Amino acid sequence: MESTILKTEGLKAYYGETKVLRGIDIDIPRNRVTAVMGPSGCGKTTLIRCFNRMHEMVPGARIEGKIRLEGRDITSMKLIQVRRMVGMVFQKPNPFPTMSIYDNVLAGYRLSGVKLRKEEAQRIVEESLKKAALWEEVKDALHRRGTFLSGGQQQRLCIARALAVNPRLLLMDEPTSALDPKAAHRVEELISRLKETVTVVVVTHNVAQAGRVADYTAFLYLGELIEFGPTSQLFTAPQDPRTEEYLTGKFG
Amino acid sequence: MDKGVTRRLWKDRVATLLVTILALVPLIPLALILLQLAVKGITSLNLQFLTSLPHPPGEEGGGVLNAIVGTAVLLALASALAVPTGILAGIYLSEYRDRTLPHAVRMAADLLQGTPSIVIGILAYAWVVRPMHHFSALAGGVALAIIMLPVIVRTTEEVLVLVPRDLRESALALGVPSWRMILKVVLPTGMVGVTTGVLLSIARVAGETAPLLFTAFGNPFLSLKPTEPIDALPLVIFNYATSPYADWWRQAWAASLVLIVLVILLNVAARLLARRMKGE
Repeated sequence: MESTILKTEGLKAYYGETKVLRGIDIDIPRNRVTAVMGPSGCGKTTLIRCFNRMHEMVPGARIEGKIRLEGRDITSMKLIQVRRMVGMVFQKPNPFPTMSIYDNVLAGYRLSGVKLRKEEAQRIVEESLKKAALWEEVKDALHRRGTFLSGGQQQRLCIARALAVNPRLLLMDEPTSALDPKAAHRVEELISRLKETVTVVVVTHNVAQAGRVADYTAFLYLGELIEFGPTSQLFTAPQDPRTEEYLTGKFG
Repeated sequence: MDKGVTRRLWKDRVATLLVTILALVPLIPLALILLQLAVKGITSLNLQFLTSLPHPPGEEGGGVLNAIVGTAVLLALASALAVPTGILAGIYLSEYRDRTLPHAVRMAADLLQGTPSIVIGILAYAWVVRPMHHFSALAGGVALAIIMLPVIVRTTEEVLVLVPRDLRESALALGVPSWRMILKVVLPTGMVGVTTGVLLSIARVAGETAPLLFTAFGNPFLSLKPTEPIDALPLVIFNYATSPYADWWRQAWAASLVLIVLVILLNVAARLLARRMKGE
């Protein structure tokens, strides 16, 4: 059995009166890529937004049940501590438009008022960009605005920005859906490599993508976790008929 | 060609012509004002006019340096009061859109924007002039600040609301506290727009006369002190134009020209900034 980094127990999520997650129990295995797939509106994004407590940002939103990160209940942890341990990459690449590439990578430190020595900052920028497979392309343009990069490069910059603060868990919300196929392919390659240093949970509505990048796959439908297991098993021998129907494109 | 189509084409042409002509109508008064000011004002406008103090009544020559400096002092005082307050209030309105208090603040700002400036002048008289027992630049600055405030609040709000939610969330997701996220991500992203709003609000009050009449009052001598009465270009125009001296009438025209050039420059600066914002 794999070691677990994050565990939910009976997780329910609400927006006002609307129940979006109906009691999810899932163990996210450490240093693996876990894909969360399902049709639109099934609660995939809400699920990962619970993991870094972004869900509670929405007025009227709340959760029930437990989420344990490294065994600790995240609601009892400091919000900032949770977000440091759990990074997030969004659907649309969103580097900070007023900052250079360099400052974007360091944003997690700079924006929080953490002072870094020059050599240390330099090292973090280089390491993070290397981890995000962007270093070679931008090493001579570090002080240009991040918004000058192509969409795929911007997304990798956002990945570097998230990695720079050394999260244990990296959440990715359909990270390739706004990218062209070639850029998407590069990000997928990157995701497979990231698991050496960080656990990845990637939301996707693209079945093929889950098949390519994920070690484990969760299938969510109407706010319920229908099935969760090693990707190869889930894809070849789904236990639930709904999983099979989704995989074969009968709905979603 | 089909007769119906020809008719429609003609209708289209007539309508286009009509709309174009009507669109030019607002330009006519502006063009006339500028022409009139240029013709009447340019003869008295020279370096001496800009750099010397008024001569005693009846004596030819002299300038409006006291009023130019005074207007600068008044605008600086008003900005010092209204810009930080207005921006902070605008941030509040954009961050907490759907609560009761923001709705009230928003409505108050809109009402304030519609309040006649003379009423605001009376307010500043009661608040600042009466307790101090004399007219002062500070009282004028307070009056102008109250007029600037709603403009800055609303433009700041409108600009900051346009900053994508994604950007805010990605800062928060990095573990950045909300207040730092607002100051370091949201505000800089909307900075150009906020600055545009500030410039427009300054341009709006630069020509205000009524609220200055019984606050800043006017002063024929050069003054930089906030506690003393101070002159301003609109006050000079008002006082000179209603005086019995022909030379002062000419100077009032020249002062008007100076004032309108200042206002146009502020507007152009705001436009250029706004264009840069769109370009990014």
